[in-house]
Amino acid sequence: MALLQHGALQPNNWRFVGDDAAIPAEGPVTVSLKRWQAESEVLRGRNAPIGVRLKNDEPALALGEDVHRLSLIEVEFPKFTDGRAFSQARILRDKLGYEGELRAVGTILRDQYLFMTRCGIDSVELPEGKAIDGYLAALKEFSAWYQPASDGRPTVMELRHPANANARRGAAPIVTASVAAHSA
Amino acid sequence: MYRYDEFDATIVRERVEQFRGQVTRRLAGELTEDQFRPLRLKNGLYLQLHAYMLRIAVPYGVLNSKQMRKLAHIARRYDRGFGHFTTRQNIQFNWPQLGDVPDILQHLAEVEMHAIQTSGNCIRNVTADQFAGVAADEIEDPRIWAEIVRQWSTFHPEFSYLPRKFKIAVTGAPDDRAAVRVHDIGLRIVQNEAGETGFEVWVGGGLGRTPIIGVAIRKFLPKEHLLSYLEAILRTYNLLGRRDNIYKARIKILVQATGGEKFGQMVEEEWEKIKDGPLHLPQAEIDRIHRYFAPPAYEALPDVDPAFETAKLENPDFARWARVNLVKHKVPGYAIVNASLKPEGGAPGDASADQMDLLADLADKFSLGEVRVTHHQNIVFPNVRKRDLFALWQRLKSARLATSNLGFISDIIACPGLDYCNLANARSIPVAQRLSRHFSDPRKLDEIGDLRLNISGCINACGHHHVGHIGILGVDKQGQEFYQVTVGGSSKDDASLGKIVGAAFSEDDIVPAIDTIINTYLANRTDRSERFLDYVRRAGVDPFKEALYGPAPARRTAAE
Ligand code: SF4
Repeated sequence: MALLQHGALQPNNWRFVGDDAAIPAEGPVTVSLKRWQAESEVLRGRNAPIGVRLKNDEPALALGEDVHRLSLIEVEFPKFTDGRAFSQARILRDKLGYEGELRAVGTILRDQYLFMTRCGIDSVELPEGKAIDGYLAALKEFSAWYQPASDGRPTVMELRHPANANARRGAAPIVTASVAAHSA
Repeated sequence: MYRYDEFDATIVRERVEQFRGQVTRRLAGELTEDQFRPLRLKNGLYLQLHAYMLRIAVPYGVLNSKQMRKLAHIARRYDRGFGHFTTRQNIQFNWPQLGDVPDILQHLAEVEMHAIQTSGNCIRNVTADQFAGVAADEIEDPRIWAEIVRQWSTFHPEFSYLPRKFKIAVTGAPDDRAAVRVHDIGLRIVQNEAGETGFEVWVGGGLGRTPIIGVAIRKFLPKEHLLSYLEAILRTYNLLGRRDNIYKARIKILVQATGGEKFGQMVEEEWEKIKDGPLHLPQAEIDRIHRYFAPPAYEALPDVDPAFETAKLENPDFARWARVNLVKHKVPGYAIVNASLKPEGGAPGDASADQMDLLADLADKFSLGEVRVTHHQNIVFPNVRKRDLFALWQRLKSARLATSNLGFISDIIACPGLDYCNLANARSIPVAQRLSRHFSDPRKLDEIGDLRLNISGCINACGHHHVGHIGILGVDKQGQEFYQVTVGGSSKDDASLGKIVGAAFSEDDIVPAIDTIINTYLANRTDRSERFLDYVRRAGVDPFKEALYGPAPARRTAAE
């Protein structure tokens, strides 16, 4: 699988290692939450980036402070219609303050891509060679936003009432440099 | 009423273009029907038995005359000259062509309307009390809050792929006309001891296959926290609601499985963390929206209008209509008028393009340019001077819009049923038509009094049969259309679910069965002051069983 990130299709050098498989000595890998919790010492001792792939029904909050030790978190969209990962993404960004790469894996249609970026997802897994024009166009389909989300875009309400907005943004979601760059 | 500012207009315009692109991709074969389905559903476009059906949002039921004329235009140009007003205060067109839908949306955008989130597993069009802003018993106008919720829920990036559809209703009066207890979230504006207004929050009500009355998880929510509280509920639901079984995916199942109290605690816990963040509602925004709903410039009028009183004396038909279809207005000299979309033999909620144009003209002439759609599928003129009532009635009468049956047995709620809907077991409309003919004598209606009869063509309960005083549900018996009957439901402050009277009736037997139920009530009530619902609550279903199926022992034998 390739990656759509920063407006282009990129090679993906990460790999997910199943719970029963041995961890390779080299190269960036993601593991399940369970494995991370059981073997985090060992995993962190490796001399390569480490990430976690969260299952759809696992509580993102379980990662706690660990998020700051991870270079990648993957959230799953097993079916187009399963939207749990939108909430997981927001919890990772807004509650846990995760600032690393947040990736969507699974079935990802262009029509969801914009909402994903709004929820703080900054890369999505796509088949090799997939045409990405539609995905990029989808990001431009809207230019105004009613809700505050995890992307830091000013909301309609903030644009209507600038004075109030500045006061509230203290408690606003964390905007990662990567998301900001992505949504610019 | 609310008017779009540049932001609202931009979002709706961009949505039209986005959907146009999706339709183009579908027509070009770039999207499979499976992929297109969730996309079109988010825009109210269903594939029905014979054609596409487009459901257009009427936010909390409020329409101005210009919008109503546009709907008439769409009915004429893209449909077969009709529209169908629904129990969720929306309007549906049953015959649009897929390729025309983007143009229809463009027409709608011109008058600040859309079809956003009128179906699909997302937050649906918010509904509210149809008498909002004019009812004499109102604590506060729910439209302000319904509009705030509408904006927040529109294209919510986190809550657009929920386990199942999600419906929110708001009421601002003690007399609950928005059925908040049978919604996924129901908001009641209440007053606390300090005299401040806030929300009582109900969660997990709903009809459908598993009808459940919701639970109040918060007695008093300060208004500025409305959106963060809703977000906390929705986040909890999005993460934990079941996705393995479509029949168990509504929030009501989650609330039941978790327990109301525990669910409430989970929501509160989430809410504590976000309540002072950017979802906190600025007073300036509340005030801005409030201004759109400021009362119009009412004339100072005496509450008793001599011309109105004389007209009633001279014209008994008019007097009857005035007694039945008017509701008390909060301003002296004005009335709230209900125009019935339930004429004898008609399809409940249907209006022709000509009727829509007339409703628009009459709104301009008599009701400060505004009408409302009710969840009982009628039309309301919210602001009519008493002195104009007679003239308005005459015009309505000429278009078969002045049936005097509000709240009576012929004021039937019915879903589209097997005539249009591919989920249906049985037809609803023909049953409603036959019942409305059977119960058309005004004296008979008066005799029976307050009675709500609701019909659904299948267990999905779009016709709210569980909360009808009498409910009729279409069931399939070996390929035949049958009708199961319940009694004792209510969607008001005393919400309750109807109980089944017994075996279902055939198409031929259903009208006589309802007649028997009515006669049983009439013969056994203490007096006229005991309404049908009161009688059912006192006597239970046994008297009806006996009248319908014979005495109890005989029934037992028959069953053996
Ligand atoms: S109740 Fe059933 S038949 Fe009626 S509209 Fe809903 S899904 Fe269709």
